[in-house]
Amino acid sequence: MALLDIEDLRVTFTTGDGEVNAVNGVNFSIEEGETLAIVGESGSGKSQTAFAAMGLLARNGRATGQIRYDGRNLLELKQKELNRVRSEEIGMIFQDPMTSLNPYMRISEQMAEVLTLHKGLSKKAAIDEATKMLDAVKIPDAKNRITMFPHEFSGGMRQRIMIAMALLCQPRLLIADEPTTALDVTVQAQIMELMAEIRQEFGTAIILITHDLGIVADTCERTLVMYGGQIMEKGPTEQLFERPTHPYTLGLLRAVPRIDRDDETLSTIAGEPPDMSSLPKGCPFTPRCSFAHGPCPTVRPELVPADGFPALRRACHAPVAEVK
Amino acid sequence: MPPTGGRTPPRSPPARSKKPILRVDDLRVAFDIRPRGAWPWTPSNKLHAVGGISFDLAPGESLGVVGESGSGKSTLARAIVGTIPSTGGRIEFEGQDLASMSDRQRRVHRKDVQMVFQDPLAALNPRMTVGDIIAEPLVTHEPKTPRKEVRRRVAELMERVGLLPNLVNRYPHEFSGGQCQRIGIARALILKPKLLICDEPVSALDVSVQAQVVNLLKELQRDMGLAMIFIAHDLSVVKHVSDRIVVMYLGRVMEVAKSKALTTNPEHPYTQALIASVPIPDPVLERQRQRPVLGGELPSPLSPPSGCVFRTRCPKAHPDCAERPPRMVDLGDGHRVACPYHQEPSVLDAARQMAG
Repeated sequence: MALLDIEDLRVTFTTGDGEVNAVNGVNFSIEEGETLAIVGESGSGKSQTAFAAMGLLARNGRATGQIRYDGRNLLELKQKELNRVRSEEIGMIFQDPMTSLNPYMRISEQMAEVLTLHKGLSKKAAIDEATKMLDAVKIPDAKNRITMFPHEFSGGMRQRIMIAMALLCQPRLLIADEPTTALDVTVQAQIMELMAEIRQEFGTAIILITHDLGIVADTCERTLVMYGGQIMEKGPTEQLFERPTHPYTLGLLRAVPRIDRDDETLSTIAGEPPDMSSLPKGCPFTPRCSFAHGPCPTVRPELVPADGFPALRRACHAPVAEVK
Repeated sequence: MPPTGGRTPPRSPPARSKKPILRVDDLRVAFDIRPRGAWPWTPSNKLHAVGGISFDLAPGESLGVVGESGSGKSTLARAIVGTIPSTGGRIEFEGQDLASMSDRQRRVHRKDVQMVFQDPLAALNPRMTVGDIIAEPLVTHEPKTPRKEVRRRVAELMERVGLLPNLVNRYPHEFSGGQCQRIGIARALILKPKLLICDEPVSALDVSVQAQVVNLLKELQRDMGLAMIFIAHDLSVVKHVSDRIVVMYLGRVMEVAKSKALTTNPEHPYTQALIASVPIPDPVLERQRQRPVLGGELPSPLSPPSGCVFRTRCPKAHPDCAERPPRMVDLGDGHRVACPYHQEPSVLDAARQMAG
């Protein structure tokens, strides 16, 4: 059985301008110890998918469908049970480590709180445990620095603290929402390496949410590409990058400037990101797609195995052979 | 002041004369940082954001500046535009020293040097229409331009940067990030500057839109014969736009070279590590890559390391690196590197193979 199984997830926000459908029927699952990337641009619904799973949607948001963790639907759990799952089973790391840490609390207190609350440890034992975890994420001189406040750490160090905190209860699943976007590349490389080590050491399954195709290529076994709240394509990372069968994946991969290539001009995806409050009835990528034809604006394509590439699933009306 | 609209509009593309349009010589910018709770008479600490930078920029050339946060790249841009006073060295624009300019001369200089900012929405006044935003520099600097001419030039530029001219009466919030950046670019170009400074112009944009803006900037630069300084933390974007690249670290130049040479044959250990850290969207290549991750983080600019500022993170550091700042070694063809040990085996042969 899959560790986390999401079925027909829909997230709707009620706003002053009407209903906004941020996620429109998303299906995927992740196995124990697996790494899965959710890739998409801003507004693709990638973060809202994770927030829905964690019960962290904004107050005007509503999630429907099934999010089964270990056989239980997280959307139907009571607050208390959900809190237990969130603390002990699923950990989450956010993009901006500064706003996720409490600026008024010492690191020791913030980290110990997790353990005293959920594991019933004494404060002293909790701090010892927290110090060990900071050592594990390679914070130098953890024993002394644990008494510092968040602002006394650099961005990279704060993200390490966030990771350590998420791992305190040894979760089986770690959701990382753009964990390195706010960091410099050299620090990003350090954090990605740390995540890889953690996965090896603890066997944690990881969902990595990102817009950066580069870090996906290195770290994730499977990739899921989202656009306009829907899954466009998913499959094993290597195959997806080598032969994308969806026009959006193809365009995205080509639009990334690469340090190892000398292209004169970058190929682009024409147009602008979609307006989520007025999506086309069919495929959300239609207005920007160069392969769009007859049924595209009106009929939503199903996510089905790609012709000739059985490991890949794609939601597109254009034949696979044409998309290249 | 007579309207200078007659300044031959389509300047001949990259007319490269020998004389640089911009010459930066040992530029230093320091900020006074007062410790919290200090007495008024205690001397403030100096933060050397830019610590002695020199380079030339030819007309029509595009120069990339890369560095991580805290490397001083944005301070450098602001010093060249003249919004931050330099505390040492010289900035010469077309042979004229920026520091010794009179107010009137500076006003003329401001017309020639324009800037595009990182956050496109924050850089635009939310209460002005797009047309007014784009026209503002023209109306300010050349107030005698007839209204009709202003309107014509705004429409022309909007079309040039890929905005429909009938959007002229809309407000910034009605546009997406990519479109706002186009507005920012149009505004920067309306005075027909000679030098365009772009400070992280695409880092706030999505990948698909980023490519559009990068291509637009490149095209405009070529067609208008603009000199350009392109500042970004993303080496792969900088490489696409620039003829030459300057790599900065903690306010100092580590390496300068032509784009291709810099990315395929980096000589400075920092450049090598930087290139190795840039992820490549190709799983097969990525897994083969040997990646010596750079340890540690940027030291505090308030107390930079002695000697070579990079030595605390440098895998090749020698004891004498701490003693004096490294001299620039000239490798020919404009390739200069601030490391006396650059000939020692690279930390990164793997990265080189992959880039080749």
